[in-house]
Amino acid sequence: MKTVVFRSLGQLVAFAMFIGLVGALAPGPAYRHLDAGLATIKLSLRHAGAPIAPCRERTAEELAQLAPNMRQSTVCPRERSPLVLELALDDRVVFDATLLPRGIHRDGRASVYQRLSVPAGDIDVKVRLKDDARIEGYQYQRTQRVKLAPADVLVIDFDAERGDFVFDGGSLPPRTMGHPAGGAE
Amino acid sequence: MLSALAAGLHRVEGLFDRAFEARFNPWYQLGALGFFFFWVATVSGVYLFIFFDTAIVGAFESVERITHEQWYLGGVMRSLHRYASGAMVVTVTLHLIREFVLGRFRGVRWFSWLSGVPLLWLLFAAGIGGYWLVWDRLAQFIAVATSEWIDWLPMFGDTLARNFLTDRSVSDRLFSLLVYLHIAIPLFLLIGMFIHVKRMKLARTTPARRLLYGTLAALVVLSIVRPAVSAGPADLSTTVAIVELDWLYLNTYPLLDSLGAGEVWGLLVSITTLLAVVPWLFPGEQSIEAAPAVVNPANCNGCGWCFKDCPYEAITMTPHSYKPELRQAVVDPDLCTACGICEGSCPSATPFRNVAELVSGIEMPAFPLDRLRLETERALAASNVPVVFVFGCERAFAVTGIESTDVRCLSLPCIGMLPPSFADYVARQDRVAGVLVTGCPPADCYFRKGSEWTEQRFKGDRMPHLRTLAGKSKVRVLWAAAHEGEVLERVLRTMRTAREDAA
Ligand code: HEM
Ligand code: SF4
Ligand code: SF4
Repeated sequence: MKTVVFRSLGQLVAFAMFIGLVGALAPGPAYRHLDAGLATIKLSLRHAGAPIAPCRERTAEELAQLAPNMRQSTVCPRERSPLVLELALDDRVVFDATLLPRGIHRDGRASVYQRLSVPAGDIDVKVRLKDDARIEGYQYQRTQRVKLAPADVLVIDFDAERGDFVFDGGSLPPRTMGHPAGGAE
Repeated sequence: MLSALAAGLHRVEGLFDRAFEARFNPWYQLGALGFFFFWVATVSGVYLFIFFDTAIVGAFESVERITHEQWYLGGVMRSLHRYASGAMVVTVTLHLIREFVLGRFRGVRWFSWLSGVPLLWLLFAAGIGGYWLVWDRLAQFIAVATSEWIDWLPMFGDTLARNFLTDRSVSDRLFSLLVYLHIAIPLFLLIGMFIHVKRMKLARTTPARRLLYGTLAALVVLSIVRPAVSAGPADLSTTVAIVELDWLYLNTYPLLDSLGAGEVWGLLVSITTLLAVVPWLFPGEQSIEAAPAVVNPANCNGCGWCFKDCPYEAITMTPHSYKPELRQAVVDPDLCTACGICEGSCPSATPFRNVAELVSGIEMPAFPLDRLRLETERALAASNVPVVFVFGCERAFAVTGIESTDVRCLSLPCIGMLPPSFADYVARQDRVAGVLVTGCPPADCYFRKGSEWTEQRFKGDRMPHLRTLAGKSKVRVLWAAAHEGEVLERVLRTMRTAREDAA
């Protein structure tokens, strides 16, 4: 009798320990991924830059070397311009990179994904992009003041069709200073 | 180092032996428990899937309904699904540690070890994927972190993380893919589990009944006391700043923040590689002890007993090499663990045969039958008073430690190597008061089946039977693990007293 009680107790303890362990770990203690008072900015875009160089006319010798049915007089490079992307927060540059097009011929789109943790609050965001190696300076730029509450996410993307940056998230005042194209500085 | 760890492990197991009896001791069936938890997760998962909305907009709500509107069934099923999966991580981890500590990865067992390693990846992938489907705040955390983590790999670029920029960018197609993966990955896990145990005869894939019911009851209790719930709907417009993690499955995620994606990949690949090469890192002593069994066709009549008994499916039966109409055993050396269990099963393995050199149908090069008889006789001859004779096993309680003038011992690589006729051979001698046969408890035989088959042979349930003119009461079978010496000595004392009473 005594051993039966002893055994049952022992088994009870063993089972309790087991479910205690599983129950305590799934889910277990909270994990802090983002410190209090911080917000998130995700700078992410995917875009094909302009051709890396202007099209040019073939010389007569070049044309002569080609098969007759291939004799097109203008050649345009397949390779795309690398993107130059810069993000400044409150006039401090926090991201500045040259993004290479994908593909062995560098004829694909270039892309970036950057997640930044920044102090929450009002922030002056300035982002600019150069996507054409043939022209000096940045072609696209947007400057905007955003208000980010703690843990807010601001997504900065680029819409190639509209030729403009897209801001999403936080509380954005009505659009102010976005301007596509041409803005060489 | 391993032997110190093994001693510690045996201590803990000893405690469980006392509470559960060896037959129900969970430590001896961790792999089987892994299978059991897999089935619990499968059954509960199928139930959840019936009510689950596989579209991204409906997923969260559907899980909420399952959890709260039918808490008594759906809610319990959800909790069982989560906790059985968690329990699987616990038991598989312990299983890995145990097989390592006990050195059960050496020699041809490398296959069992190596085939276990990919199961870890599949197990974790299955669990992480499951949390993703709930599409709550935890799922969101996992989605963003995992996609950033995978995107670190050059072939992915930034392709995955861009799916989780805003709530609008999450596509139904991607979500359906995740649902599909959560079915496919466990399926691969199951296939992997079967490959893992394929080389073992009668692998234990179901826990002993009482342990099974107890474990299931414990999981149900946990599910009712602490139901699994979601963490609020996903909302990609804010970052998940603080979240309750499942530390069994999601323990790598904090490392992603502190170390970085590339480093975590490096860490996981290193750990996996290290695990994969364990059998070659710790080869153990390569001695003749590990030489595979050898068949002597002249003494093999093709009965197939060894074929039935080999715990590693290393023996096949083929037509006899020169006796027409007969079959013959053949050993695949790449599968043979050198346990010797076949030597104990062969009908021609009897010490009574009157030949100069005893040769049996199947033998271990390190411990052929002739040596077995020689050492038995030597152990007997070393004393001229009445004795109790003990046949023991090197992996179990060390019987040589209790040897004295009236207790003679012979320790074998596995007790399954002992042909029952040897017990008869010894028991017949007048000077022998009793024969004690011992080894690892059947639930945890180092070579899986040695003790179980021995018990059956001595009981008369498996060939070859124990037949003895000395009376079966003179022969006792008693199991004692390395740490269970007292039990053995107690029985030895009674056998000695019985002898004195008789005298
Ligand atoms: C899903 C995970 C796993 C399950 C369900 C599982 C299950 C099992 C089962 C049922 C057995 C047979 C036990 C017997 O009948 O003697 C076994 C044996 C074994 N397992 Fe696993 N296992 C898993 C993962 C692993 C891992 C990760 C490792 C190590 C890396 C491992 C190493 C071994 C070894 C070495 C054996 C052979 C034991 C022997 O030869 O006696 N297993 N496993
Ligand atoms: S020693 Fe015999 S029983 Fe053991 S694995 Fe080898 S062939 Fe099988
Ligand atoms: S047990 Fe002996 S006789 Fe029978 S098949 Fe095996 S080796 Fe041959």
